Amino acid sequence: MDQPPALSRDLIGRESDAVLFEVERGAIRKFAEAVQDQTPECARGDVAPPTFPTTFRMTIPGLTFDLARVLHGAQEYRYERPLRAGDCVRCRVRVADIYRRQGRLGEMTFLILAMEGKDESGTAVFTGTSTVILR
Amino acid sequence: MSGPVLTARSDQELDRGSALPDLRKPPITKLQLVKYAGASGDYNLIHTDDETARSVGLDGVIAHGMLSMAFLGEYLCWLAGPESVRRLSVRFSEMVRPGDTLTCRGRVTERTTRDAVVQLQLEVWAENQRAERVTIGEAEVHIT
Repeated sequence: MDQPPALSRDLIGRESDAVLFEVERGAIRKFAEAVQDQTPECARGDVAPPTFPTTFRMTIPGLTFDLARVLHGAQEYRYERPLRAGDCVRCRVRVADIYRRQGRLGEMTFLILAMEGKDESGTAVFTGTSTVILR
Repeated sequence: MSGPVLTARSDQELDRGSALPDLRKPPITKLQLVKYAGASGDYNLIHTDDETARSVGLDGVIAHGMLSMAFLGEYLCWLAGPESVRRLSVRFSEMVRPGDTLTCRGRVTERTTRDAVVQLQLEVWAENQRAERVTIGEAEVHIT
């Protein structure tokens, strides 16, 4: 298999467009059902489960990698409040860091992505940090 | 349902080091991984297609790490209520496969009270049926 070029550190700081996502009741229910989340507010679709921001998918121009070589190493979310059905959140994701490190499987590239979601008045609702490992 | 588990506890039972009750999840199935792929938008085929998984050296499909994090998210909601969750941070340390049964567990690492709000720092993790911690994290919940 051809090795794709390693991610360049020049990508650090690059970010997605701001994308407006509507938190749909049906999407919350579908997510809760997949997880078998029994939280009543989530199963009803009123309140989004804590990891629901993972459904807000955005692309960063120039950042591409082979999905088959990716491991999700770590994830963090911080919340000002939960997301509720009907919320509209403006989200953006940015390359916070890229570095290489020797790991169990040889040299690996670590990609740190920082995400934020704000409500329509610009108030922060949540932030997320993903550690993606490319082997 | 009688509301979040921890709101019924005395302060003493929330002291540093207090063990939290377990939340045992049903066994993970391939159907669940397909549903989670659809619900989350993570269509990486290593989670839903055995052939793709084997082509990258796995024995077969593996669960999305984010599914086990979602279990821990549910755990926090069960413990403290969905309005109470302020932070959840995890690392994915072991792979999870269909047929695995995960149990969410945790303990209190710090309790502080500010303006009548009890702020709890928790150590939480999901472990499989062999008692291996597959997803390990820290969380903060605020109980009013």
